[in-house]
Amino acid sequence: MAKVRKSRPGPFDYARKRSLQIVFLLTTIFLYAPILVLIIFSFNNSRRGGNVIWRGFTTDYYVKAANNASLMEAFANSITIAVISTIFSVILGAITAVTLWRFRFPLKPGYEGLVALPIVVPEICLGVAIAIFFSYFNLYMPPGTPWPFNLTNIIVAHITFSFPFAAMVIRTRLTTFNREMEEAAKDLGATEFQVFRDILLPHMKPGLIAGGLLAFTLSLDDFVITFFTSGPDTVTFPVKVYSMVRFSVTPEINAASTVLILITLILTAVAMRFQTFGDERT
Amino acid sequence: MESARKNLRVFLAFFTPSFGWLVLFFVAPLLIIFLYSVGETVSLTEVKTTWTLQNYIRILEPEILTLLWRSLWLALISTAVCLVVGYPVALVIATAPGRWKPWLLLIVILPFWTNLLIRTYALLNILGTRGRVNELLEWLWIQADGFLTLIGLGAYNLIGEEFEPIVFLGRWSGVIIGLVYVHLPFTVLPIYAALERLDRSYLEASLDLGASQWRTFRSVLLPLTMAGVATAAIITFIPMLGSYLTPALLGRGQVDMIANVIERQFKGANDWPFGAAMSLLLLYVTFIILAIQAFAAMRKTRGAADG
Repeated sequence: MAKVRKSRPGPFDYARKRSLQIVFLLTTIFLYAPILVLIIFSFNNSRRGGNVIWRGFTTDYYVKAANNASLMEAFANSITIAVISTIFSVILGAITAVTLWRFRFPLKPGYEGLVALPIVVPEICLGVAIAIFFSYFNLYMPPGTPWPFNLTNIIVAHITFSFPFAAMVIRTRLTTFNREMEEAAKDLGATEFQVFRDILLPHMKPGLIAGGLLAFTLSLDDFVITFFTSGPDTVTFPVKVYSMVRFSVTPEINAASTVLILITLILTAVAMRFQTFGDERT
Repeated sequence: MESARKNLRVFLAFFTPSFGWLVLFFVAPLLIIFLYSVGETVSLTEVKTTWTLQNYIRILEPEILTLLWRSLWLALISTAVCLVVGYPVALVIATAPGRWKPWLLLIVILPFWTNLLIRTYALLNILGTRGRVNELLEWLWIQADGFLTLIGLGAYNLIGEEFEPIVFLGRWSGVIIGLVYVHLPFTVLPIYAALERLDRSYLEASLDLGASQWRTFRSVLLPLTMAGVATAAIITFIPMLGSYLTPALLGRGQVDMIANVIERQFKGANDWPFGAAMSLLLLYVTFIILAIQAFAAMRKTRGAADG
């Protein structure tokens, strides 16, 4: 180590500069301290706010959050919406990616732009636009629609903003596909559908999983678009927490948030495993 | 790649569902808000398209102009902070030993995978006048005060008589901290990508020819990664400008941005045409920024081809 430090820093050795290391460290603290405080104080045994003074360890607020019927309903809604919109996003994303990868057609750049557009359009515009669209055609589920069909509007909105992201991820995966395999299969008499099912789909699998996890996280994360498209009876976790936070800060929210952070962490870990797994196989 | 005509049925089977979905749930809604933005409210729930420009003219009212100006500044300042912080962070990741890189990247990306509302709420928790941040500052103040007393300067009250908590919530500072906190990963990734693509021999040449580290950074490294910095600035700035949650929670209704006022037209004020016009304004601004970027990129590649 001492020997390393004595030598003049190389041309690209910025990572060894103490000042830059400190910037990195401070940024890490900045990014993580608020979340860590939130998690730690979800175990705090204090009624008020839960974030002022440490009053001993308790898991009471997890129990309380679990017993909060409306919070749990919002949680279940969020997960349901995420699962359903992920399935649709992966299907739509996959066929979009295949269309863009496989075919040459007139106005293709226009279609490509259209697919990318929901990614760049500000969330609030999309939320407002879809909400007005539903109201314009009066496309609401009648009151008393059985769960989960009462969530249809939110799910439609979520599919709209998340499938283009899935399409991007899957398209990247497709670029590594060897066309000769497809030709060989066709020469051997495979039909179009068989080629798709037995050759292309298995190759796309890591992309489908990565795209699906991205769609899932985006759906779970979304507040603004859901806020506009949700009715009074169809509340998701972020929308519920938002309404709770506006009135008071309670340790219950900390506890519920911690659970959601944990879910996202697990999903991220799974996503990364699949991504490296996919890379190894190419 | 094959021509769509050769295999039209297969092509349509792939093309129609996603195209149809986008037309129905993306293009149609945008067209409808366009019609609303040139319409008038005739009853509680009905809006008639009268091709009026009234809603766009209302944007020029001083109150709304102040709002736009404030949103623009908040997003600009926060983008600048993100760039200043994000560049060194990206530099550290790009130059770290290979086996560290994925982990350092993960550190920056992980918060991005965490729910936006939860992150904003976490900040809200610690930024209050009696929150953790002010507690830390108070502790630092007491240490500094003790130190000053120790060296005999205590009587002058150089750092004030008493510790005064800093108010973040409901102020610009709180909103800026929130915007930076939420969008920093957007900034780091493009800069990191640009640094990874960089041909490092330029830096070696610069240093070999006797330029200092700082000079090398300023005249070689920064210009060569400028494209990445520009991309980072744009993809940080656009979502910041349309932020809703951060100003709503950390601004406490006192530091509103465009999205907060749009939301109010739909949920409170019930002036849908004006809300539609404001959302489209945000969309136009986004398109203009992206068009400028595309134009600049085109000119650059053309310039490179000519040269």
